[in-house]
Amino acid sequence: MNWTLVLPELVLALAGLAALVAGVLPKRDTSFAINMGVFGAMLLAAVLVMAQPEGTAFAGQYVSDAFTRFMKLLVLAGAALGLLVAMDWNVKEGLAKFEFPLLLLFSSLGMMVMVSANDLIALYLGLELLSLSLYVIAAFNRDSERSAEAGLKYFILGSLASGLLLYGASLIYGFAGSTNFDRIADAVSATEGVPFGLVVGLVFVLAALAFKVSAVPFHMWTPDVYEGAPTPVTAFFASAPKVAAIALLTRVAAGPFGELVEQWQQVLILASLGSMILGALAAIGQKNIKRLMAYSSIGHIGYALMGLAVGSDLGIRGLLLYMAIYLFTNVGAFAVLVAMRRNGRALEGIDDLAGLGRTDPAMALAMTVFMLSMAGIPPLAGFFGKLYVFLAAVYGGYWTLAVVGVLTSAVSAYYYLRVIKVMYFDAGEALDARPTSLSVVLAGTGLFTVFFFAFPAPFLAAAQAAVAALVG
Amino acid sequence: MYVGAVFFPLLGACISGFFGRWIGDKAAQWASVICMALAAICGVSAFIQVAYGHAPATLEIATWLDVGGLQLSWALRYDTLAAVMVGMVTVASTMIHLYSVGYMSHDPTQPRFFAYLSLFTFMMLMLVTADNLLQLFFGWEGIGLASYLLIGYWYEKESANRAAMKAFIVNRVGDLFFMLGMGLTFWTFGSIEFNTIFQGVEAARQVTFAGFPVVEVIALLFFLGAMGKSAQIGLHTWLPDAMEGPTPVSALIHAATLVTAGVFLMARMSPVVEYAPNVLGFITFIGATTAFFAASVGMVQNDIKRVIAYSTCSQLGYMFFAIGVGAYQAAVFHLFTHAFFKALLFLSAGSVIHAMSDEQDIRKMGGIWKKIPVTYAMFWIGSLALAGVPYFAGYYSKDFVLEAAYAGHGWTAKYAFLMGIVAAFMTAFYSWRLIILTFHGTPRADHHTMEHVHESPAVMLIPLFGLAVGALFAGAYFSGDFVGHHWAEFWNGSIVNAPHNHIMHEAHEVPSWVPLAPTVVGVAGIVLAYVLYMFLPHLPGRIAAAVPGLYRFLLNKWYFDELYDRAIVQPLRRLAVQLWKVGDVKIIDGMPNGAASLTAQASGRVVRFQTGRVANYAFAMIIGLVLFVSIFLFGVGR
Repeated sequence: MNWTLVLPELVLALAGLAALVAGVLPKRDTSFAINMGVFGAMLLAAVLVMAQPEGTAFAGQYVSDAFTRFMKLLVLAGAALGLLVAMDWNVKEGLAKFEFPLLLLFSSLGMMVMVSANDLIALYLGLELLSLSLYVIAAFNRDSERSAEAGLKYFILGSLASGLLLYGASLIYGFAGSTNFDRIADAVSATEGVPFGLVVGLVFVLAALAFKVSAVPFHMWTPDVYEGAPTPVTAFFASAPKVAAIALLTRVAAGPFGELVEQWQQVLILASLGSMILGALAAIGQKNIKRLMAYSSIGHIGYALMGLAVGSDLGIRGLLLYMAIYLFTNVGAFAVLVAMRRNGRALEGIDDLAGLGRTDPAMALAMTVFMLSMAGIPPLAGFFGKLYVFLAAVYGGYWTLAVVGVLTSAVSAYYYLRVIKVMYFDAGEALDARPTSLSVVLAGTGLFTVFFFAFPAPFLAAAQAAVAALVG
Repeated sequence: MYVGAVFFPLLGACISGFFGRWIGDKAAQWASVICMALAAICGVSAFIQVAYGHAPATLEIATWLDVGGLQLSWALRYDTLAAVMVGMVTVASTMIHLYSVGYMSHDPTQPRFFAYLSLFTFMMLMLVTADNLLQLFFGWEGIGLASYLLIGYWYEKESANRAAMKAFIVNRVGDLFFMLGMGLTFWTFGSIEFNTIFQGVEAARQVTFAGFPVVEVIALLFFLGAMGKSAQIGLHTWLPDAMEGPTPVSALIHAATLVTAGVFLMARMSPVVEYAPNVLGFITFIGATTAFFAASVGMVQNDIKRVIAYSTCSQLGYMFFAIGVGAYQAAVFHLFTHAFFKALLFLSAGSVIHAMSDEQDIRKMGGIWKKIPVTYAMFWIGSLALAGVPYFAGYYSKDFVLEAAYAGHGWTAKYAFLMGIVAAFMTAFYSWRLIILTFHGTPRADHHTMEHVHESPAVMLIPLFGLAVGALFAGAYFSGDFVGHHWAEFWNGSIVNAPHNHIMHEAHEVPSWVPLAPTVVGVAGIVLAYVLYMFLPHLPGRIAAAVPGLYRFLLNKWYFDELYDRAIVQPLRRLAVQLWKVGDVKIIDGMPNGAASLTAQASGRVVRFQTGRVANYAFAMIIGLVLFVSIFLFGVGR
């Protein structure tokens, strides 16, 4: 037992329990205090993650290395930003309940366990902790039919995915004789060939994880849930859990099943191609900006998976950078969506952004930056994200991936630019004044997106170290 | 001082161009005029110092390019040739700036005009002081740009836009050859700096390019380039149309600057051109033909500015055949005197147009000489100088050009002499035709216009006086230095005559009837003009009716425009229309548009899967799983 190694998770878990008590016991409304407390706990956990030593704990079920550090920091950043974005919105919508930060906290804990999982059991544990939290917050606006529907849909399909995962895990256990990733790796690299059942099990696990990252063809839930869930919840859905799921997918594929790269690669290429194409095409006709962002996130996952699909160190490094950049740009864009509110009513139509260029030039500029970054226009951060994965694909000789990637980003530029066009060239009324918390998020993510090109070195170095730790 | 002469106009252009909106019209005008005047002071003192103090200098300003074997600086090369040009350009330009203050006083966008005018002058100065071909080309293109802006200054006028584009496009034809020449120069000499080129000429004479001596090819390319700028026959068509610009622009472009750039280029490249005898013969032929052609067309034109424009074209022909026979000094001398009297003529014509309420057709003028006596006198002085009447500026230069042509070798020189004499006759004739039709006879303008005829304000007359002084005395004063016995000392090696070329000496020793001939034919032309237009005014119409073919041929400018229209413009336009309708609209636009509509259709299909039913979604997931498993099992290749 190595309790000190899991200090970040412990802190989060204890903070969650304390917040639960603090939310239930006092008579008055303590939601703001709990928000702040959870935010602080996340920051503390982040600091602890940075100081976390390397090693394994709980009989090899839990692992800590450069890769987990990189991913956990991203997850915590995404969760903290999600909380910031949500606070004001919840108050205005009458949803300022203490359960919200609590659920975010527990989902973060789940994600951290996922990232650090070195065992199928731990993997499942983390994934379910995350999923259960997500099911609830998707339906958090319980008086809204759409929110409830979103939660229910997500729950049903998520359960199906969990079932697939468990089935795959049991197959793997059956054929490899262990749930531990290191043991599985030994079984895979055994000289007498890989058992057939092990491969099928891997497919099931990959399918379940593909569901979590909403890669084609397991993406169907995404647009409906994104549209139905409250906007800040969607913002959270599109950021931290994606990162965690990608981390898990990478860990599973490149770690224990690294030897089978030839086999899982084809599935991932297919998923990547499908996601890129669907993300580019389906978003074109959308009128609801949350739906648009849903398809956009599917497309982005396609690009990220391209990094994993090429199966090289360079590709994984590109994937990690892509996720980091995607996370911040995405949170920024969603902060704009959360700020869309006129006369106290939340708005979701793309047309509702009309005239923003005149009525709120600062926010319109920030949104322009995010949209252009997502479209991959240099010198914004999104361009470098795409650059690194395309580079890996080209070096690996995966021309189909690179060409389709370039074409689909050209197509997707259309709908990103449409948002900009609506903001600057259409006439519309002013939105309500945006709260300070959103301004802070907008400024932070906007500056990151704009100036990433000037200081990419620390991110590159961190990603490089993470890849080294993962591949060994 | 050297820097000031070149960069004051740029300063003026920047002030009136960028800040004219804030500082107001008056301030912008006078800022550019003062800058120009300062430049003129610098320019004249530089001329005195370099030409008479025998102190040529090269001034490095900054490194421009350093690419592989190509190293270039921004540098001002002041030798006598450059100093002559700088002095002449700055003085003439100052006069024209000053004149414009009066002439453009009713224009709504004066700062823009003055900015263009100063920019133009700066570019011209950049051209003449260049110390390498690329910097010269910078100025060359710069004056092309500025002339485009100035000719099309009244951009609301369709004809002005057309004229501006025509000037630009025709010049581009010449520029192409210039660029080729520059490339070949670099290939041959390994440098495009003048010093290196001139030192390498001896070695380069042995080199051949595509079977021809490389020196000949380079000289030919540069001459073809110069033909565009200097409006030699074939590439002259833009020049008369350029009269669409305001009159001060015509004066600046046709007198002092733009059109002389070609002559200057030839003089600058004299060390190279000297060793290209065949090309020199070609230059002589083209120059002589141009002189004759333009003079013949000038005889029948009815637009006051067009007549003067054709006379410019004709005089440029003189300069070129002077170059062709090897008398570069004579060419530059004629360029120098021509600048004064031609600017004077244009500005006087502008004064007439101003007085006549913007009327330019001489058939609608007449009988105004008493109302505008000063302009009338100025017009006389300009015309006398142009016709080469003794002791006026044009007499010295034109005479010497013709003497040089007579002394020159080969049939082209004889041809040039003959054409030059004929053109001199025609020049005198059309000049006085112009004077008589414009100022004398019964008024043909309507009553309203005649009432408004008035002398121009002082700000327009003062530049006329200044230029008149030049037209009166520049020839007599400078002839001894430019082409007289002190020429070798004066030019100080800035123009090179090959050892075998003794033209400067021989031209002084022609038979005594040769110097007299231009005067005689000139006076004869004047007399004929008086007879035809003053005393027997119905005769010209009868003559025209007697030879209608010839008359129409001349009136339509030898049908050059029509020829180009049929042979080049129309086919190109047809081709362009084809490319546009088929190539661009159907193919180039068609592909992305088709791709876009396909994408939109695909988008519609993809979205249709999104039914909203959980069962469908779950089904899709299962299908996906099956797909994945099959891929694993059967292994679909990449």
